[in-house]
Amino acid sequence: MSSSPTNVAHQFDDAVQQRAASTLGMWVFLVTEMMMFGGLFAAYVLYRSMYAEGFAEASNHLDAMVGAMNTLVLLGSSLTMALAVRSAQLGARAGTVAGLLATIVLGCVFLGVKAYEYGHKFEEHLVPGPFFIFAGSQAKPAELFFSLYFAMTGLHALHMVIGVAVLGTLTWMAARNRFSADYHTPVEIGGLYWHFVDIVWIYLFPLLYLLGRH
Amino acid sequence: MEANETPTHYLNADYGLKSWLLTRDHKRIAILYLISITLMFLLGSFFAVLIRLELLTPQGDLVQADTYNKLFTMHGIVMIFFFLVPSIPAVFGNFLLPLMIGARDLAFPRLNLLSWYVYVVGAAFTLWAVLTGGVDTGWTFYTPYSTTASHTKVLTTAIGIFITGFSSILTGLNFIVTIHKMRAPGLTWFRLPLFVWAHYATSLIMILGTPVIAITIFLVGIERAFQLGIFDPALGGDPILFQHLFWFYSHPAVYIMILPSMGVVSEVITCFSRKRIFGYEFVAISSLAIALFGFLVWGHHMFTSTQSVYAALIFSILSFAVAIPSAVKVFNWTATLYRGSISFEAPMLFALGFIGLFTIGGLTGLFLAALGLDVHVHDTYFVVAHFHYIMVGGALMGYLGAVHFWWPKMTGRMYSEWAARVSAVLVFVGFNLTFFPQFVLGYLGMPRRYHAYPDEFQVLNVMSTTGASILGIGYLVPLCYLTWSLWRGAAATANPWRAAGLEWQVPSPPPTENFEQTPIVTEEAYTYPLKEAEVV
Repeated sequence: MSSSPTNVAHQFDDAVQQRAASTLGMWVFLVTEMMMFGGLFAAYVLYRSMYAEGFAEASNHLDAMVGAMNTLVLLGSSLTMALAVRSAQLGARAGTVAGLLATIVLGCVFLGVKAYEYGHKFEEHLVPGPFFIFAGSQAKPAELFFSLYFAMTGLHALHMVIGVAVLGTLTWMAARNRFSADYHTPVEIGGLYWHFVDIVWIYLFPLLYLLGRH
Repeated sequence: MEANETPTHYLNADYGLKSWLLTRDHKRIAILYLISITLMFLLGSFFAVLIRLELLTPQGDLVQADTYNKLFTMHGIVMIFFFLVPSIPAVFGNFLLPLMIGARDLAFPRLNLLSWYVYVVGAAFTLWAVLTGGVDTGWTFYTPYSTTASHTKVLTTAIGIFITGFSSILTGLNFIVTIHKMRAPGLTWFRLPLFVWAHYATSLIMILGTPVIAITIFLVGIERAFQLGIFDPALGGDPILFQHLFWFYSHPAVYIMILPSMGVVSEVITCFSRKRIFGYEFVAISSLAIALFGFLVWGHHMFTSTQSVYAALIFSILSFAVAIPSAVKVFNWTATLYRGSISFEAPMLFALGFIGLFTIGGLTGLFLAALGLDVHVHDTYFVVAHFHYIMVGGALMGYLGAVHFWWPKMTGRMYSEWAARVSAVLVFVGFNLTFFPQFVLGYLGMPRRYHAYPDEFQVLNVMSTTGASILGIGYLVPLCYLTWSLWRGAAATANPWRAAGLEWQVPSPPPTENFEQTPIVTEEAYTYPLKEAEVV
């Protein structure tokens, strides 16, 4: 056995098998996540093709600059996550902790900006439901747009919150020296999850903020 | 260990409630699931009893129309989401996969326990909905009725189903990783038991389909709770989109229910024919083919919705294509029986029953896949009969076959063979008497989901209710003799059926760690007839 036996759960023969199983498990989970967001993307594509004009008009009520800034923040967090994974692979505890903490901070910045945007929509009566107000002939498609906007970004934000919690746990484990050059699978698969959540946003941002702006 | 002492196994390794509720042993989790889904089955059956009693007479006299709507809805929801979908995978898949592939446990034992808790929480929400007034949308939750019109507990039920979906996802994920990464040395893919292949295909559907129903139900939930407008036609939303998303999962879900049963039948048929299964590779790959085709046919539930005729045409052709891998299985089982030394133990009776009933269910599926005919029988009892032949005649027969085949392995006890054969015959006769008349009723034009009907349909409905009574007894009898066997049954040997497969090489019940030494596999599955030395 290559690593300390305490890190190998009883059902596995060795650390190699455990690492392969954990990694495959995360990939399979990400496939399920893709299918879950896929349902929302399908709904978006259908309604956008039905109401292109209304969706474009509603999209103008989103702040593309704020969205772009947030995209940069999230891409930055992917970088710090990748650095954390690299440090973990090298067995560098300080680097791992620093990378994870930076990722958490950037994730929280993203969520903060998102909260600010939601608040803004609330003030502008763009939250669907009885208080929704949208001038012009495209009010109904716009309400559909904002329903999808809140469902998609809301589900994404929920994944971010879970991600921050996961990273917090990993930071705590890293600080307590649980990882080494031989055993760092949790950091790696935590990274896979975080990158996936980033990639979802990479699709959400142009679809919701940029497509059909004028 | 002393020779006269009871050997330590997974049941007596530890005692007390905590040792069960915090267990990570796949075998104990299987038992937890067995108990939970049996309770849900009894609840679902209770609704079925009320439905059949109401339909005994043409007048809607036993319950009001509103109550009847709730009864068939909750019968469907409980039976599908809380019994059939978890049934064989969560109980026998859990128990057997590690044993069959020579592993000590599933890849993620804690995730496995979590999946059971998730199931219980989902079931609790649904039970809460049932107790506080029930839900009347049909198990299909069609919008906009479910999102805007219905005044029943749609949200609570939706939350329950949403949560339970994750139990299914976690189980599928665990199985896929386990089958990929945990096989014993020498156990190549084409040496795997067909039960494992069937569960692999099932798991693929679970991980690809279930997230879609989760997001769909989630959208229904937020639309209802926060008045968002995803499917709301008042905002230009499309209720047909809901149907697409719903059936994208719910048609493949039929294969989540039937594929594991097919895996069971493959094991049982070959064991009691004392012959290697005919066309192993074809049976194995046909499971994957069914999983694949299953994702491409959902539109056949929507022939009478506003669907383009071209889409309908394609969906119709693809639905016919499902018959190919299904027929591959049936023909190969039949060829396995041919010139085998067949014996008719109870599991075999259930398996043979499965083949007959699944064939009827499958062939009537072709009627429904035909565009013209479907318009005539759409939403009639013909459809009800068809899917009960698949889900009850197929999936449930397979489940009972599995219960009888692996009961000695799970509990270490033999049940009364005589009583089990009686139960198999009762179930088969009762089932056919219940549901065959419904084909005729549907063809004559009796619509589903009504609590009253014209007088001329009464004779067939009385036949159906009579059959249901026999069927009910057929289900209650095993509950009695199996429970009885726990205390009074003769001790089971490691391999009471003289079956091939790694699970029969370990003691009954198996020890917590399954294998003292990781087995090394040197030959293909189903090496029947077994050499005397191999019979433990």
